[in-house]
Amino acid sequence: MGNPIFQPSHFAAVVLFALFASTVFGITMRDTPRRMIRYGIYCFVLFVASAIVLSWVMYFIAR
Amino acid sequence: MATEENKNGTAGSGPKPESYQGWVYLPLLVGWLVPGGGHFLLRKWGRGALLAAAILGMFVLGLAMQGKVYGSAHDILDILGLAGDLGNGLPYLISRFLGIGADQVLVTTADYGTRFIVVAGLLNVIAAVDAHNLRTGRKS
Repeated sequence: MGNPIFQPSHFAAVVLFALFASTVFGITMRDTPRRMIRYGIYCFVLFVASAIVLSWVMYFIAR
Repeated sequence: MATEENKNGTAGSGPKPESYQGWVYLPLLVGWLVPGGGHFLLRKWGRGALLAAAILGMFVLGLAMQGKVYGSAHDILDILGLAGDLGNGLPYLISRFLGIGADQVLVTTADYGTRFIVVAGLLNVIAAVDAHNLRTGRKS
């Protein structure tokens, strides 16, 4: 078995995960297009921001 | 009072009458088998296309990262992974049939890929249930 075709960094994987999950959450959890977009952006920012904050927390715990 | 609308499982202010046709659970079933398919069936083209792009994109990237595709379950974590993978519907069955996807996690990115595939399945279940809610008129 060779190397994976796609090898993202951990952060790139987080951003992709947040993008896809936020898209589905936005469409399925709200009724109108405007509210879908707003909720999708809200979820995306929360995903990425929480990943960054938790990463720094783990960095300081590990030291 | 059992009206024709209630018999079809469509009470309240739901979608327009032309989208009521067919079996009430068909969008749920099609939505599970084909990501975004339930929304396409209900002529929600934009939502269906975005859901299909997000779920299939996640599934394909998971495979490209050599993520593990669960084929059998030996412990509780495997059972949960298999349940998540089964949520992908036809893409999961096709990948199993063609032998695409890793049997074991060998590199770091494969671990990310495994999660991508499982979460794509769970998101697909959410999308299929959303299509069912649109069909019954619970959501507009």
